Amino acid sequence: MWMLGPIGFTAPWLLLGLAALPIIWLILRAVPPAPIRRRFPGVALLLGLKDEEVQAARTPWWLLALRLLALAAAIIGFAGPVLNPQRAVPGTGPLLIVADGSWASARDWPRRVERMTSALKDAQQAGRPAAVISLADPPPAQVSFTDAGALIQSLPGIQPQPWAPQSFDAANLPEGNFETLWLSDGLARDSRAGVLNALEARGPVKVWQPQLPVLALGAARIEDGALVVPALASTIPPSPRDVAAVGRDPAGIERELASQPLQFTDSRETELRFDLPPELRNRITRIEITGMRSAGAVSLTDDAVKRRKVAILSGARDREGLELLSPTHYLHQALAPTADLIEGTLADVLTADPDVIILADMADLPEQSKLHDWVEKGGLLIRFAGPRMANADLDADTLLPVQLRAGGRSLGGTMSWGDPRALAPFPENSPFAGLQVPDDVTVKAQVMAEPTPDLSEHTIAALTDGTPLVTRAKMGQGAVVLFHVTANAEWSTLPLSLLFPQMLERLAVSARPAAPEEADLAGQTWVPQKLLDGFGRLQDAGAAAGVPGEELAKAEPGPKLRPGIYTAEDRSVALNALPRGATLSPASWPANVPVEGAFEQREMPLKGWLLGAALAALLIDILATLALSGKLWGPRAMKAAGFGAALILASFAPPQAHAEDMDPARAIEAASNVVLAAMPTGDAEVDRVSMAGLKGLSQVLNRRTTVEPSAPMMVDLKNDDLAVFTFIYWPITADQPAPSPMEYAKLNRYLRGGGMILFDTRDADIAGFGEATPAGKRLQALAAPLDIPPLAPIPDDHVLTRTFYLLQDFPGRYDGTIWVEAPPADAERAEGMPFRNLNDGVTPVVIGGNDWASAWAVDDRGMPMFPVGRGRTGERQREIADRFGVNLIMHVLTGNYKSDQVHVPALLERLGQ
Amino acid sequence: MSVTSDTAAPGQSPALSLRREAEGAASALPPLLVAAEHLAATVQMGAHGRRRAGSGEEFWQYRPAHAGDELRFVDWRRSARSDSQYVRQREWQLAQSVHLWVDDAASMRFTGAESGRKARVTKSERARVLGLALAVLMVRGGERVGLTGPLAPPRPGRAQLMELAGLLSREAGVQDYGAPEIAGVTPQSRVVLLSDFFGDLGPIEAALGRLADRGVSGVMMQVLDPDEEAFPYDGRTIFQSMAGGLIHETRKAGDLRARYLDRLAARRDQLARLARSAGWQFSTHHTGDPAQAALLWLYSALERGR
Repeated sequence: MWMLGPIGFTAPWLLLGLAALPIIWLILRAVPPAPIRRRFPGVALLLGLKDEEVQAARTPWWLLALRLLALAAAIIGFAGPVLNPQRAVPGTGPLLIVADGSWASARDWPRRVERMTSALKDAQQAGRPAAVISLADPPPAQVSFTDAGALIQSLPGIQPQPWAPQSFDAANLPEGNFETLWLSDGLARDSRAGVLNALEARGPVKVWQPQLPVLALGAARIEDGALVVPALASTIPPSPRDVAAVGRDPAGIERELASQPLQFTDSRETELRFDLPPELRNRITRIEITGMRSAGAVSLTDDAVKRRKVAILSGARDREGLELLSPTHYLHQALAPTADLIEGTLADVLTADPDVIILADMADLPEQSKLHDWVEKGGLLIRFAGPRMANADLDADTLLPVQLRAGGRSLGGTMSWGDPRALAPFPENSPFAGLQVPDDVTVKAQVMAEPTPDLSEHTIAALTDGTPLVTRAKMGQGAVVLFHVTANAEWSTLPLSLLFPQMLERLAVSARPAAPEEADLAGQTWVPQKLLDGFGRLQDAGAAAGVPGEELAKAEPGPKLRPGIYTAEDRSVALNALPRGATLSPASWPANVPVEGAFEQREMPLKGWLLGAALAALLIDILATLALSGKLWGPRAMKAAGFGAALILASFAPPQAHAEDMDPARAIEAASNVVLAAMPTGDAEVDRVSMAGLKGLSQVLNRRTTVEPSAPMMVDLKNDDLAVFTFIYWPITADQPAPSPMEYAKLNRYLRGGGMILFDTRDADIAGFGEATPAGKRLQALAAPLDIPPLAPIPDDHVLTRTFYLLQDFPGRYDGTIWVEAPPADAERAEGMPFRNLNDGVTPVVIGGNDWASAWAVDDRGMPMFPVGRGRTGERQREIADRFGVNLIMHVLTGNYKSDQVHVPALLERLGQ
Repeated sequence: MSVTSDTAAPGQSPALSLRREAEGAASALPPLLVAAEHLAATVQMGAHGRRRAGSGEEFWQYRPAHAGDELRFVDWRRSARSDSQYVRQREWQLAQSVHLWVDDAASMRFTGAESGRKARVTKSERARVLGLALAVLMVRGGERVGLTGPLAPPRPGRAQLMELAGLLSREAGVQDYGAPEIAGVTPQSRVVLLSDFFGDLGPIEAALGRLADRGVSGVMMQVLDPDEEAFPYDGRTIFQSMAGGLIHETRKAGDLRARYLDRLAARRDQLARLARSAGWQFSTHHTGDPAQAALLWLYSALERGR
């Protein structure tokens, strides 16, 4: 490839053609525009006239310049210019491709694969061995070089991982010296320097890094009742993106619940606030940057953003002024920041469908069955003991995890304690496992559980002497938890300690802070439910192993701790691809490492543009030449322009309306009565006469018969449904346009369905339907595609001669014979019958040339429009013409009824016997 | 469409086939005559019959002889049936013969708009129709009509019209410009020349002179296409005469317009002067205009010259 600035040419030798341009200039200059040849008789008068200007003999310079421009553009275009061609500098030695393979590279992964493929292809062509290393998924052992072509096949196996590049042991690099292509994800990382040094020690390193900023979302948290998501960017992106909160709607379908634009202004970090009602907010399962396929663009939500609805009820009446003694005071204090509290009577509270109901020292439950149902459906009922409960008869109370002994135990009571007891460490299977037990928590009194075999099973916290402090029992999908102490500081110091809110949090009563502390998660095994892949898709974890809480709390995501949703008991923790507290900054490379930007200079072939420009110049040249030679503004040019414009318009014209789109009002009008119709011919005068003729015939029918047709209509072949017309009169003109194939199909359907068309050539049948008259020719052409049965001149005994009047001839303005469907060859006159039994149906067409419409035509006053014949004979002929019209319509409407009538005598005779 | 019938079967009657052939053969002839008749019908003729005694061949009346009548005028056969003498008078016949010359040269086959909405007939067609329509009118008035050439000497009657129509419908000539042929013109008759008069003026002038010598008067009508009057051409053009005999090339046809129009006007002046000096009448007709006006002018011009 030969380079000229940023433009390369694939076939540079073609540019030599440019040298020929001056010669072409000279040639074109010498050739004047081609003349028009015109035949013109007045040339005799022109002889000897001299042209005033001689200049026009030569092509004007600007036209020449235009042509040369077109030629030059074509030459350059064919020389194959390419803007910013990718110059491949062939390397030597083995090729190592190092890909970061992190979540940040997922968004443009196809491009990376493309780059790797092209690099491997080049290597394959150069016969260089190659190897590919993904830093996010580092090879466990030393890598060796293989055939580049085989590596191309295995490229689909390399996928971006939802974590950052892992530490890489330089010892695993292949042996010997090699060239390195590093596909960077564009983020700065401390580990880069070490790897880069190790690579540079073995050979040149080239970095391929896209210039687009890397975006990521941090862990979501609740702040002042709003969902807040931190967003990070490596550099400030130029255009805003959308961030969507996704969750299941009430129907269980995952959809976008809320959306916000993401716009970085000055800082590379910003926060998005989703101010949503709690019901909606609790449904959110993840927040993602729409249209960005990267694990970093997805922020999974967990308990941290779920605020539970907690109802707190107490049996004690409110005692004014004794806030600290109120049984619910400490519950309020512990839960108010992290949960939505509901208060009221139990009946009211149940209708609000809370997640948790806390009953502080309530013994006689008023709505026990309803409460029971609520718990069965998944509610969490937490009860605190108290004097009331200790003294109540709890036999009927089903909502207790364990059976209680009547009467409490307190210092100096029947089962006296020497000292207040402290808490024992929490057992392994307890939800409280891992919480530190402070020394200063003491219990002075409690209610006692009946010792039953399953008591220890239900106990999730106990005192040092082994008596249960907190018991729990599953009930349906829900659970009942009983604190054997009061919710205030009367019986124990537990409500005063930090342990109290922690225990509530462990019970999934209150939301936990956004970043789970080690203490929050410790002691439990967290099982992954859903895991993120590198592209940010959530996938079922399957049988993935659980993770200890301590590790989940502090470790960064990696192959051993894959990002996703982890659950333990009722709690869930989300682990995002972006490590907590991470910041993003663009990677910076040493000056001696060439960085290849993937987006700055894209290869752009210019051939099409140049050839297009050449074509445009030639078009302009055509117009200019026409203008110069006076052909642009002639009548013919106008016609051509009009044709061109029509062509352009036609190509833009909306598709034609679908057939059968008959205007409903028109269809109803035509269908509700007998309507005579005329076929348009395109000749306004003929159409006017046919309409007037049908009007006249309609009037005659009205006066003389019981057929009372509505006003005649002009058929609109394209849109009308012909079935609604009884009879169509079709005058033939010599230059009538033929119907389209679709319209012919309609006409054939109409004829088959019993319609009748009266063809009228209006030429007095001079030529006997030969080809002699233009109308006759046209009729043949028009009728050829129609399904018309064999025809014959009307026989004397045709039913048309007697459907209403007795007629022997069928004149219009002329008196020629007419043609109808030929009688069957075997028609014979039955004995005693005046007529043969001819056709069974109605002849579908009647063809003649008698110009009936003119004979029938009447003007607005009802007077005949055209003379017929002469004097009284003529009037008689008009009368017969009218009678023919009546007979014809009767024939259409009654078919062969009159034919049947001739059998009546025979029928009567038979009946008489 | 399929047609089956007794009459349309292959063995059709000879009369029908003869009729068809006749229609085909006559197809070319009637349109010209029909157009001419149609055109002629638009002209309302004034009183034409010369219903009085005069020199002629038809019998008009017997009148009693009176003093001054030569004896040889007395009709003895009539006089013998009564006591007085009668003179046999003949109807005064306007023995006018009208000779038509319709230029059939190639230049007449020009039309500026061959097709389209504003299509015009060729000059030749218009001239033929005008000539034949004039003939129709003349025949209707009882006069004799013929061509200037020897082919059709003037005769009265509708049969002559058919002949004239046949002669006028013949293929046109091949030369570029026509000159009138006056061999068949009888003295004291009338001549109608229909042409574009683009050709050499010499023959026309000579013909006019010879006709004037024979006491023949007449009418000249120049039939032009509107394009020939307007010269709506521009750009580099090679103008060719219709038969291709004359060629003129120009680089800017638009520049020639004024000078062409000048020459056309000069030619018309010349023709008018020529006509005036011979006692003829001259007019110009454009094919873009309706033919009625031209026919009316021709007819009245012939009347005036009588």
